[in-house]
Amino acid sequence: MDLMTLLQLLDSTVRLATPLLLACIAGLYSERAGIFDIGLEGKMLAAAFLSAAIAYTTGNVWVGLLAGIGASLLLSAIHGVASITFRGNQLISGVAINFLAAGLTVVIAQSWFGQGGRTPQLAGAARFNPITLPFADALRDVPILGPIYYELISGHTALVYIALLIVPVTWWVLYATRFGLRLRAVGENPAAVDTAGVSVVGLRFAAVAICGVLCGLAGAYLATALQAGFTKDMSAGRGYIALAALIFAKWKPWPALGATMLFGFLQALALRPDLIQRTLGFSVQTQLLDALPYILTVVILAGFVGKAIPPKAGGEPYVKER
Amino acid sequence: MTLFTKFLGASAALALSAGAAMADPAIIFDLGGKFDKSFNESAFNGATRWAEETGGKFAEVELQSDAQREQALRRFAESGSNPIVMAGFSFMTPLGDIAADYPDTKFVIIDAVVDAPNVKSVVFNEEQGSYLVGMLAAMASKTGTVSFVGGMDIPLIRKFACGYAEGAKAANPDVTVIANMTGTTPAAWNDPVKGTELTLAQKSQGSDVVFQAAGGTGVGVLQAAADNEMLGIGVDANQNYMHPGQVLTSMLKRVDVAVYDAFTAGTDVEPGVASLGVSEDGVGYAMDENNASLVTPEMLAAVEEAKAGISDGSIMVHDYMSDESCPALTF
Repeated sequence: MDLMTLLQLLDSTVRLATPLLLACIAGLYSERAGIFDIGLEGKMLAAAFLSAAIAYTTGNVWVGLLAGIGASLLLSAIHGVASITFRGNQLISGVAINFLAAGLTVVIAQSWFGQGGRTPQLAGAARFNPITLPFADALRDVPILGPIYYELISGHTALVYIALLIVPVTWWVLYATRFGLRLRAVGENPAAVDTAGVSVVGLRFAAVAICGVLCGLAGAYLATALQAGFTKDMSAGRGYIALAALIFAKWKPWPALGATMLFGFLQALALRPDLIQRTLGFSVQTQLLDALPYILTVVILAGFVGKAIPPKAGGEPYVKER
Repeated sequence: MTLFTKFLGASAALALSAGAAMADPAIIFDLGGKFDKSFNESAFNGATRWAEETGGKFAEVELQSDAQREQALRRFAESGSNPIVMAGFSFMTPLGDIAADYPDTKFVIIDAVVDAPNVKSVVFNEEQGSYLVGMLAAMASKTGTVSFVGGMDIPLIRKFACGYAEGAKAANPDVTVIANMTGTTPAAWNDPVKGTELTLAQKSQGSDVVFQAAGGTGVGVLQAAADNEMLGIGVDANQNYMHPGQVLTSMLKRVDVAVYDAFTAGTDVEPGVASLGVSEDGVGYAMDENNASLVTPEMLAAVEEAKAGISDGSIMVHDYMSDESCPALTF
């Protein structure tokens, strides 16, 4: 495998891993605060639709991004009200959100644009275009480092860099701020947080809102950066893979980056059966590579490689003692 | 809960009464949706053309899951729709199960063969149309490598890939053909992101012309081709307009004609198997103002010659589904 092929593979990995990473970190905030979120998929889908629709009508992708985040936040609010305020079952609320998004996006798209549940194609400023980092062209001819910088690090859309930046920020927020400490506490022992005089409901809503914003970024990335418009069900199960990555990463930000990059790499590798054939000398079923993220997650869950312990109060609505 | 059941009951009654009035034709679209800009949309266009020309009405339903196939068939049959047209190979099993229960209803299935006295099966010789666009692809390619992105990995899609590879090799024996499938589940029809990545992976292997037979996933394939200085090839319906000047041609599969003919024949649909190929104009390639600059007169002459050859039988294009193997391509 030569350098250029490897770089192409890693480039594809970064593109495929970015929506997973954003959704995974989104789930991390929510679940660390004790709110399980199956609805990542639905929120991504809603955000993908509204970001593409608004980007098309305004011609400005940043306005579209805000609209996408808005759509995702709205679904987050529904999830929050159902599972925090009314103490409903978090899994059921999440599944409902997925159904709601899958149906509503197509219906609204059809009534707005009449193109069969799609948005019209985006062009120019209505789309996130690749950013060429400074000196990328100048350094291109430097051996080894030049191509790595030009092909792999430069030339992605703004959202990719934002997603990568969110990982250290999340780590800092969770482990170095008072808000982060309380957020983690509310997922482990909400009663203790309540006793300390901090609002459990407030913290959990904050976490669900952050989750909404990040899912919004993930959805907008799908529709306005990777693609040029929304198509029906375009999230194609990425919200669920992100959940698997979250378990794989044991609910921690840096491992989340590793897990999503690994899953992205497996997906990218599945697209190049010829490479596997050439490097290994025998062909591997691409279906096996597609299934590997789930297999790895089951292995982790079964406790073969360390233990994945979810937040203790996860899935439990908090009831104040009277 | 009671309220919910009432709603359910009410909507079911409404749906039944809506269909009960007439012996109008009905059409069932497959997963992928009736506006997939491709197969189902083509079927829908045929139905709409019939409705506009005759002023008739037709019942329709868009499936959301595999479990609804039999249910939809039975509901239409019981509400008196006749004939009932279904677009998609996946109806083969459910239709086989229920056709005998409704002997007075005529069924038309597109893309699969069901042997029953009240069923007309319409199949297309997709390999012939794919052969023609494969020739165009090989002649348009500057790198000598062309590629194919399929949706779900099923024999029907392999048939497209096989004809395409054969056509490409007929036009240029040294051409390299890369073929990838998006997946093995129905989700593979609706994953444009993966379509894009597959196309980019093929580009890095040298391909500069890509043919997609992948439903909604194909939107991502054509997009990636347009964004990365490749030529795309559309499928089923004419997709040349999606990226003018960057879609070489489209492999036409006249599902609309099949639906239109079935609706026009009404209850007099002839049971049996109808096979539509190049000579019946059931399949072909699309030329319009969007791709006129991409196809040179020499290319057009070569492909027209092949078309005539297929029609008179001097060129035999291998049908993957006849023996589940392909001489021009390994999967």
